[in-house]
Amino acid sequence: MAFDYEKYIRPGKLPHIWCPGCGHGIVMKGLIRAMDSLKLVKEETAIVSGIGCASRLPGYIDCCTLHTAHGRAAAFATGVKMAKPEMNVILVGGDGDGTAIGGNHFIHACRRNINMTYIIMNNYIYGMTGGQFSPCTPTGHKASTTPYGNPDPGFDIAKLAIGAGATFVARGTAFHANQIDKLIAEAIQHKGFSVVEILDDCPTTYGRRNKFKSVIEMMNRLKEVAVPVKAAEKMTAEQLEGKVLTGVLHKVERPEYCEEYAKVIERAGGAK
Amino acid sequence: MSKKVGFLQGNEAAAHGALYAGCKFFAGYPITPSTEVSEVLSIELPKIGGKFIQMEDEIGAMAALLGGALAGQKALTSTSGPGLSLKQELIGYGCIAEIPCVVYNVMRGGPSTGMPTGPSQSDVMCAKWGTHGDHATIALMPASVQETFEMIVRAFNLAEKYRMPVHVLPDEIVAHMRERIVFPEPGELEVIDRTTPSVPPAEYKPYDTKFGDVPPLAAFGSGYKFHVTGLNKLPDGFPTTKAEYVQAEEERQVRKVMANVDEIVEFEEFMLDDAEVCVVAYGSTSRSARYAVNAAREQGIKVGMFRIKTFWPFPDKQIKALAQKVKGFIVPEMNLGMCSLEIERCAQGKAQILGINRVDGEPINPEQIIEKIKEVK
Repeated sequence: MAFDYEKYIRPGKLPHIWCPGCGHGIVMKGLIRAMDSLKLVKEETAIVSGIGCASRLPGYIDCCTLHTAHGRAAAFATGVKMAKPEMNVILVGGDGDGTAIGGNHFIHACRRNINMTYIIMNNYIYGMTGGQFSPCTPTGHKASTTPYGNPDPGFDIAKLAIGAGATFVARGTAFHANQIDKLIAEAIQHKGFSVVEILDDCPTTYGRRNKFKSVIEMMNRLKEVAVPVKAAEKMTAEQLEGKVLTGVLHKVERPEYCEEYAKVIERAGGAK
Repeated sequence: MSKKVGFLQGNEAAAHGALYAGCKFFAGYPITPSTEVSEVLSIELPKIGGKFIQMEDEIGAMAALLGGALAGQKALTSTSGPGLSLKQELIGYGCIAEIPCVVYNVMRGGPSTGMPTGPSQSDVMCAKWGTHGDHATIALMPASVQETFEMIVRAFNLAEKYRMPVHVLPDEIVAHMRERIVFPEPGELEVIDRTTPSVPPAEYKPYDTKFGDVPPLAAFGSGYKFHVTGLNKLPDGFPTTKAEYVQAEEERQVRKVMANVDEIVEFEEFMLDDAEVCVVAYGSTSRSARYAVNAAREQGIKVGMFRIKTFWPFPDKQIKALAQKVKGFIVPEMNLGMCSLEIERCAQGKAQILGINRVDGEPINPEQIIEKIKEVK
């Protein structure tokens, strides 16, 4: 029987704003399957985003949803989680929102290891504003503001998250749709700050400027560059040149922020 | 039983006032000269099961504050000039999404880093106009340690009642001076909590104006699920660009305050009955003004003081009435004439306006005010 996505979709809020060929819808379906597999209670789940195409996702999902300002999702979400640690808090957004204007909030959420899950849809571009280069646009690629090729080196979001202290970091792609829900579900179940980067595509503002002839070609690229971490173990550095590791990249245990603050309350004599 | 008495700094009184009002959530970032508020609350909040978080920056602190408030908590942040500049983006978010919270901003010299340990009153316009777009503003101006306590309580009440961020703007002198304070007993000061929905979750709309200009606000995690955005929105909280909705929503968000100006605007009239000269003052400057008025009266000059307690909304009606009565206004303030502009707007040329303006980090002393009073023709 086909999976019933509608039970998590807000009535009357579709169609979404995303362009034909955009991968954000694939990620949203993965998130819904993950939420369903964990039986998350909608009223007890907050989905928080910043600004951008990917950040429009919360509006379509029937939970407590908070569409904040550009880059601020992690900081708003930290307030929600601190006030109501029993809630499931899931962040969604794009690469520009999360790693440029929101970069400071992102690394500090990783450092605190607060129990939330951040799904970053990395399509290498600022899509909503028409295709300006982001901190994830590859060097040399074209964007509306890098007409001669991008001089900036890009961020590796997963490495950034690991370096900043996130205790669960995974990467998938919009092509590997069936893996997305599993990665997200494992991230939500992990106690601590979990990051799931999904390599995505923006045919409208990135693909057409960088000689991708079709969405299929963009999807095929995701398929070709992705190497599961297990498979990578048997590959040489040469074979891994230009490839991107997918799957669970990092998983460690470390004290969780809200639990640590509960200990502060206990030490101060404020526990019930 | 005699009441509890303390010898506190304005910033400490602010923290205790917040606790009296039921504040359970603080998010901030260290900045002179407001840091004592966060230091006190880092001690006191966990004692009552409340939450204190020091965020990575001023913007993050404002964001966490709004998140905590949306999850049902009474929430406070404290900051000073440069921090207020940074927070403006999300103060605007609090205005449009209608999230109650209190922003306590200690005014120091500026612009930019300015004079971190020097007093000023130069953030009054920043509080009003700092965030972009049309919006109503409420800003309270304490002049003593006791009043700082009471105004924080009132700021929470106004935030909860009108569902919006409310500013408390002490100058650095009020924030750092120590005075005797008599702690109000529980129940002595009014404490207002936000109105929560009475409708079942399926019928709830976060901006449903059938409940009036201030619709009830549910908390995240309380059984209600709804959408919140910084975009112009429909009554159900979802974005819209439909002209008729946007216009009506913007107007409502200003009207909810401006239709209640008489309740919101508080002021003190001192020796104004027969006054020919009116000193308009606020914050610590009003203490010099009070001294000056007493001294000038001893010299036979008919002078009084109008003390602004609520700066925003501005006491238009009262200043307009005074302009019909007095020959001149003296406006001492630790900025280059921000309140003077408002007095000019209200007086409409009907009375002389003489400013006394200091931005050198020194308070305005009574002698300066007495001299200026004598200049009124």
